[in-house]
Formats: sequence, structure tokens, C-alpha cells
Amino acid sequence: MLSDFPRLGLDPFAELRRMQSEMNRLFGGFTAATAREFPPINILLGENSVVVTAELAGVTADDVNLNLQEDVLTLGGKREPKIQQENVNWQRRERAYGAFSRAIQLPFRVDPDKVQARFDNGILEVELERLEADRPKRIQIRGA
Amino acid sequence: MAQAVGTISQRTPATTEGAQRMPPRPVFLPPADIYETNVAIVVMAEMPGVGPDGVDITLERRVLTIRGHSAANEHTGYQRVYNEYADGDYERVFTLSEAIDRDKIEATLRDGVLHLVLPKAEPARARKIELKTL
Repeated sequence: MLSDFPRLGLDPFAELRRMQSEMNRLFGGFTAATAREFPPINILLGENSVVVTAELAGVTADDVNLNLQEDVLTLGGKREPKIQQENVNWQRRERAYGAFSRAIQLPFRVDPDKVQARFDNGILEVELERLEADRPKRIQIRGA
Repeated sequence: MAQAVGTISQRTPATTEGAQRMPPRPVFLPPADIYETNVAIVVMAEMPGVGPDGVDITLERRVLTIRGHSAANEHTGYQRVYNEYADGDYERVFTLSEAIDRDKIEATLRDGVLHLVLPKAEPARARKIELKTL
């Protein structure tokens, strides 16, 4: 519904709308951040392979367990604070520590022998290839 | 002893009336752990995807600025089908309440975590005062 106010050159609701959009912006970001699972993942799909990447800052390759069962990839591990010194005065603790685990349903069955995983600057990248038997096949139609 | 200056929005850029203005890349606020010992302030900031050449740290008077530029990780022939995080840059500003010996600052980057050791300047260090016995 259009209000008549803009015709008069005055819109008392403009400020309200601005406030509402500002509120949505502030709290929209807030809920998105708290609802996040750890680690956040991205999935990229190729023709016959799938790449799963995860943001795992401060985690080494030894701390991560990757398991594959049928078409479910499980990513688990733990992140421990690496501080040698005791008796320190904490100013700010925003990073989360502890165990994590995520199961990812892949779009197809993958070959367990052709999995490549690498860690680069805190980003884990796992590339999985589609099982040969599971790939779509073109069927030739023979003439009668 | 280090305060975050809240100038950068966490997820979304500032909007102008009605329209969303998108920068070329989003800028994130890296989560940080900060602790203080007798001799130094240690900052650990999470910046996954940022390589050693993508880090820019400046200390101007007492304002510490950390910037990280993550290398674009393009997968040609792949299509993004599910996204929980976005590639972007990191920026965070802290105001330090103590003088720092700027010649001895050490910065290391390992597994996407920036580790910054800021040694306190000499006069600011706590000294133990011995009592003289008369």
C-alpha cells in the first residue's frame, strides 16, 4: 500500500523503515553467526567429482579424522589451545575449542581409493571421485 | 589491555536506503584470543585461507590494525552447490592501552592463525620492589 505522505513532501514512516532495515541488518547477522555449525563447509560439484572444503583455522592434519562410509563423509577432530605458558591474563577469548564432528551426505557414491585431502592455511580440502559404476551411462539405441 | 574498535560489521556491509551496496569481497572480523603476560601482549587471530603474503599488520601509535587477504581459491569446472562460508578478507582494529616495543614485535602465521607477540616497552613492565630491611 502506498502512503499519501510522499505527495505532501513529508514521509514520517521513512525513518521507521530505515530503523527497521537497520535492525534486520544487525540481528540478521547475529542469528546467522550463532546458528553456524563448526566447521563451516562448502561443497563444489564437478562433472565426476565433488570437493568439500572446511574452514579449520588452527587445526593441524594430525588433529583431523576423515571417514568415508558409502556416500557419507565424516569430518571429526579436536582443536586444543596451544599455549605453553600458564599464569596469563586473558583479555579476550573468542575462539572456540573442543571436539567437533560433522557428517556430510555426498551427492553420489565415491571411490574410496581416489580421495585426496590437503590442508592449506587452515582450509581443509577433500576431493572425492565418483564411483565408476555409479556414473551415468549413455545408452545406444539400436535400429530395428 | 587491548580493545576492539567496533568499526567493521561482522557479516554484511552497511546499507544505504533501500539498496544493498556490495563490495567486491566481503570483509570479516576475525575472532581473536588475546592474553597478557608480564612482558608481552599476545594476539591470536583466526584468518583461514590467508597465506603469509596476504597479511598486513600496522601499529600506529596505539592502534593495531590486522588485515588479511585470502587468496582466491578458484575451482575451474566446479560449481558451488552448498555454501556455509564465503571467501573474503579480514580486518580488525585494536587499541592497545600499553606502550609496545615496536622493534621486537613478532608475527607468525600457521594453519590460518595469526600469532602476534607484542613485547611491552621497558617502563611499562611491572617491577618487583624489594623491601629494605633496616
